Amino acid sequence: MSPVIVSGRRVWGLVYRHLALYRRSWPRLLELAYWPTLQLCIWGFTASFFAARLGAASGPSGMAAAALGMLLGGVLLWEVAVRSQMGVAISFLEEIWSRNLGHVFVSPLRPWELVAALLSVSVLRMLAGVLPAVLLAWLLYAFNLFALGPVLVLFAINLIAMGWWVALGVVSLILRHGAGAEALAWSVLFALTPFSCVFYPVRILPAAVRPIALALPSAHVFEGMRAAISGGVTRWDELGWAFLLNGVWMCAAVVLFMRQFHAARVRGALLAIGE
Amino acid sequence: MPSDVITVENLTKSYGDTLAVDAISFAAPRGATVALLGGNGAGKTTTIAMLLGLLVPTAGSIRILGHDMAHDRFAALARMNFSSPYVALPQRLSVAENLRIYGHLYNVARIERRIAELADELDLNELLDRPAGQLSAGQKTRVALAKSLINRPELLLLDEPTASLDPDSGDLVRSWLERYRAESGCTILLASHNMAEVERLCSTVLMLKRGRIVDQGTPDELLTRYGRDDLEAVFLDIARNRTTAFAHGTAV
Repeated sequence: MSPVIVSGRRVWGLVYRHLALYRRSWPRLLELAYWPTLQLCIWGFTASFFAARLGAASGPSGMAAAALGMLLGGVLLWEVAVRSQMGVAISFLEEIWSRNLGHVFVSPLRPWELVAALLSVSVLRMLAGVLPAVLLAWLLYAFNLFALGPVLVLFAINLIAMGWWVALGVVSLILRHGAGAEALAWSVLFALTPFSCVFYPVRILPAAVRPIALALPSAHVFEGMRAAISGGVTRWDELGWAFLLNGVWMCAAVVLFMRQFHAARVRGALLAIGE
Repeated sequence: MPSDVITVENLTKSYGDTLAVDAISFAAPRGATVALLGGNGAGKTTTIAMLLGLLVPTAGSIRILGHDMAHDRFAALARMNFSSPYVALPQRLSVAENLRIYGHLYNVARIERRIAELADELDLNELLDRPAGQLSAGQKTRVALAKSLINRPELLLLDEPTASLDPDSGDLVRSWLERYRAESGCTILLASHNMAEVERLCSTVLMLKRGRIVDQGTPDELLTRYGRDDLEAVFLDIARNRTTAFAHGTAV
C-alpha cells in the first residue's frame, strides 16, 4: 500500500475519532454553533440599530448598509479564525481529557499526521459553527457574506491559516506546561482581536501599536474586507501581505511545535501531560 | 531477520541529577515473555516509555524488531502495541468505534473482520456498541487488550495488565495471554507487581532496583539462587537488601 494512503488512513483514524465523539455528544455539537450565533445576534442587532440611525440622519444611502456589512462581515470572518484556532486546540485537549494521548503517541501516527488530523477537524468544526451564523445573518439582517464574491475564499483561507498557527502555538504551550495552559485554547485569539482591527481600520490605532496590527494577517484581511464591502475593490496588496505573514508565522509555529514535541519526549511530559 | 525482538544496550535516562534508569542492557528473544520487576520508582515505567518512543533516552540504544528506535521508531511502532490500565480509551465512544480508530492508526486491513475476530476471542460481542466509559474494570481490560492486539503485534508491551482485576478476571486475562503468545509467537514484555502472574507467564525476569538491573534469570533460576519458594520472597529479598546473591557476582 502506498505510504500516502497509509498516512491518509492514520489521519482519517483521528478525524473519525472526533466525528464519532460529536455524533455521541449533542452538547459539543451545540457549543460549536452557540458562540458564533450569539455573537452574530448581539452585533447584528447593535449594528442594525446604528445603521437605522445613520440611515435616518443621512437619508437612504449605501453608507448605512456598508456599515452594517462591515460589522457583520467582521463578526463572521473573525469567527472563522476563532473557530479554526479553537478547533485545533480543543481537539488536542480532547485527547488529554480522555487520557488517550499515550495510546495515540505510541501508535505509528507521525507528529505531522496528528497536526493534519487536528487541522482537518478544525475545518469541520469551523464550518459547523460559522455556517449557521452566516445563514442567520442572511435571514435576520439580509446580509449575504457570499456577496463578497470569490475573494471571500481568500479571506477565509488566510483567517483559517491564522487560527491554525495560533493553535499550534497553544498546543506547543500545552506540551510545555501541561493541561494547566488549556485556558489559552479559549482566550488567546481574543487577546489579538484589538490588533486584528476587525471593526475599525488600522489607522485608528495609536501609532505605537500599529506595527503589531500590521504583523498580523488578520488586520490585512479586514482592511481588504472593508475595501470589498464599501467600494467593491479587491485589495491584492493586503491579501499579499496576509499570505506572506501567514507563511512566516506558520513556519515559526511548526518549528515551535516540533521543538516542544521533542522536548516533551525528552522530559517525559507525554506520560503526564494531563496533570 | 534478528532473533532478538528487543535489544537494549546501556540504556540510561536521567532527569537532571536523578538517574531513573542506569545503563541497563537486556535482550528479549522472539516468542519470549519477559517481566520487568521492581518496586515503585525502580525504573519499569521509564524503561517501557523509552521502548515505546514516548521518552528519549539520555544514553544507550534500543533496537526493536531490527529498527533503531532513535531513528526509525515508527516502523517499529507499527509492528508492536501497548496496553496499560493507566492509559484510557475515549470514554464516550463505543468499543467498536475505539477499535476502528486504532485499526486505522495501525493500518489494519479489513478492520471490521479483525474487530469481529477479537470480539469472539475476548468475549466482547455484547460490549461492542457500549460506550467504553460504561464498562467494568474487567471489561475495560479486555477492551484494552483487544486494542493492543488490533494490529497482530509481534511485540506486546503490557504495564500491569491485570491491575485492579478480580482473581477470576485476572486469571482469564493471563490464560488468554498464554494462549495468544503460544499461537502467534508474539514477544511480550510486561511490568507487574503480581509475582504469581510473573511466575506463571514469564520465561525471563529482570529485577530492577533504583534504575539498574540487579538480577535476571528464569523464575526457577531466581528461586534457586535465592533459596526461596516464590518470587515474592525473592522480590522482598532484593528490595530489602536481604540477599548476598548479587554481591557474589551471580547478578547482572
